[in-house]
Amino acid sequence: MSRTLYDKVWERHTAIPPSEPGMPSVLYIDLHLVHEVTSPQAFTELRNRGLPVHRPGQTLATMDHSTPTDPSLDEQKFRVLDPQAADQLQALRENCREFGVPLLDMGDDRRGIVHVIGPELGFTQPGMTVVCGDSHTSTHGAFGALAFGIGTSEVGHVLATQCLVQQRAKTYEIRVDGALGEGVTAKDIILRVIGEIGIEGGTGHVFEYTGEAIRSLDMEGRMTVCNMSIEGGARAGMVAPDQITFDYLAGKPYAPRGEAWEAALEDWKTLPSDPGATYDQQLHLDAASLGPMITYGTNPGMAMPIDGAVPEPEGDETATLTHQRALEYMGLESGQTLKGKKIDVVFVGSCTNSRLADLEAAASVLEGRRVRDGVRMLVVPGSQQVKKAAEERGLAKIFVDAGAEWREAGCSMCLAMNGDRLGSGEYAVSTTNRNFEGRQGPGGRTFLASPLTAAASAVAGELADARDLS
Amino acid sequence: MARFTTLESAVVPLPIDNVDTDQIIPARYLKVTDRSTIAEGLFANWRYRGDDENLETDPDFVLNQPRYEGAQVLLAGDNFGCGSSREHAPWALYGNGFRAVLSTRFADIFRSNSLKNGLLPVEIDAETSSVLFAQLRLTEETGAPPPRVVIDLEEQTLVVPSEDGTSTLGFSVDPFAKACLLEGVDQMGYLVDRLEAIRGWEAERAPRVETAATQAAQES
Ligand code: SF4
Repeated sequence: MSRTLYDKVWERHTAIPPSEPGMPSVLYIDLHLVHEVTSPQAFTELRNRGLPVHRPGQTLATMDHSTPTDPSLDEQKFRVLDPQAADQLQALRENCREFGVPLLDMGDDRRGIVHVIGPELGFTQPGMTVVCGDSHTSTHGAFGALAFGIGTSEVGHVLATQCLVQQRAKTYEIRVDGALGEGVTAKDIILRVIGEIGIEGGTGHVFEYTGEAIRSLDMEGRMTVCNMSIEGGARAGMVAPDQITFDYLAGKPYAPRGEAWEAALEDWKTLPSDPGATYDQQLHLDAASLGPMITYGTNPGMAMPIDGAVPEPEGDETATLTHQRALEYMGLESGQTLKGKKIDVVFVGSCTNSRLADLEAAASVLEGRRVRDGVRMLVVPGSQQVKKAAEERGLAKIFVDAGAEWREAGCSMCLAMNGDRLGSGEYAVSTTNRNFEGRQGPGGRTFLASPLTAAASAVAGELADARDLS
Repeated sequence: MARFTTLESAVVPLPIDNVDTDQIIPARYLKVTDRSTIAEGLFANWRYRGDDENLETDPDFVLNQPRYEGAQVLLAGDNFGCGSSREHAPWALYGNGFRAVLSTRFADIFRSNSLKNGLLPVEIDAETSSVLFAQLRLTEETGAPPPRVVIDLEEQTLVVPSEDGTSTLGFSVDPFAKACLLEGVDQMGYLVDRLEAIRGWEAERAPRVETAATQAAQES
């Protein structure tokens, strides 16, 4: 039988098969990533039951969501500003110490957004199962891993047993054929995909991204695509590993070495879907039909080409009301073009677009230009390692010279729980993944876009197409 | 875990599609290390007005209307609970007295989280959804009490009011989650009971990662 990449990874990790048809399997987890926000109640659960962490050596904790990104804030000042968040960080520290879980703490130069550090340290590898109490765990699927977000109860399950009770998902092939045009990026692919299938389109499925346009993406681009699988309703998204994957991993600090590397390579090469493997659903797109995308509403499926117009509502009464409500929140109208719309804030960052390649893209636009007066631009690297590399390569200087703020690694303005947030009514172009009402601050209004579009908009002071700058 | 067997309750309408978990509970309510205050954050951006320091309840928001006080079933638009994996979302709903949500579709992670917390996601068809929403609008206009539904998990039935009395619909639920809910047992216990089998499986395979190595590097 021809099997898909998902089938292969699933089958390799079925520790206990279903007791009878319809019942779930017990799925073994290779790597469990932990952060401060979704773990405290899980550690409490273990403590209440007198259970240890079953495999601390397959668990890695870090701090990213509620950490300050203002370089002038040390932990003492932060505690004064936000004692609740400081307590949450302290709780993670104490839990990790008590249960023996490795932690990349504040001050560690390997700390960063959990989905940025897993890959860059070489922990995320093809064919693995990876989970984290965070829906964007789908990011790690870019390596051909089965990676998905879990709730806090499940964080407890994995801490205690390294396993989850899981039903097998359906599969959904998203094939993007052809070559991407100039100025069209991974972010534009995924926004278009979500716009096509809707944010509910992938519910119950795992995506596998295939086709020439996906193959041609570097690992950063593949991570951007897989990252937003959850915005298309799929709990996970995967890309089959290939030479680009292997080249990225070679020499990463915790990737296999020597003979182990050779053995791993042999194994990883068996992972791609077999010829003739079938999927429960499919979507085909032609890369030539893609352009830079922007969202206009309050979910990531409300996306359109940057040079398009806000669409009319479609569907039943609730759908129409939902559309109207979104436009009202955004202060926009159907039929309106968005290019030229004045903006207040530009945010480049988040687990979607905060890796070195993303910062390079933004810097390529900003070099020799300035952020428009009256626009606040924040550039927040995804990890302290990305930060260091960007400083060494002169990218940080480009941002600062252009008038942008260059900050410490973290989730920052992606979710408004760490001091970085939009004011009510403000418009932001953001390289993040969610334009939900209030996501970036109560009353804040988000346009999701690529780093190129974000940087071009910062320069113009309004929504702009990077291809128009010359 | 709390048991779920049967439930009879009035229904609260939330006629919005794609209600995401950031709406159910905004991130700023997640800076806690226990569950004691989670309920306060439910639908905070809609339920309150004013800034964080000066919150007032918004009398127009459906949960603040006296006619829905004590209701345990929420009727939402399509694709309820999409977005973030935060289990704080079902905690907040449960903490405000909800025991079931009706929607034409639930996001995967929200469904999974709810089933682990005594909150039953009941998937209904589009027709049932729009009839219920229409009934809710009508009773709001006439001032009649909101429609009530009966949910029986064992039988997997939902009884809704209809023109000539009531109609009984079936719904699907994961058989494992159903057994756990009916008996009030949780999955943690189920997995811990299987640790020996899990250890046996592990014994045949080397771990794929060794995260402890990060700490050695730090100390040296
Ligand atoms: S950057 Fe945003 S989406 Fe990513 S993990 Fe942090 S809060 Fe979640």
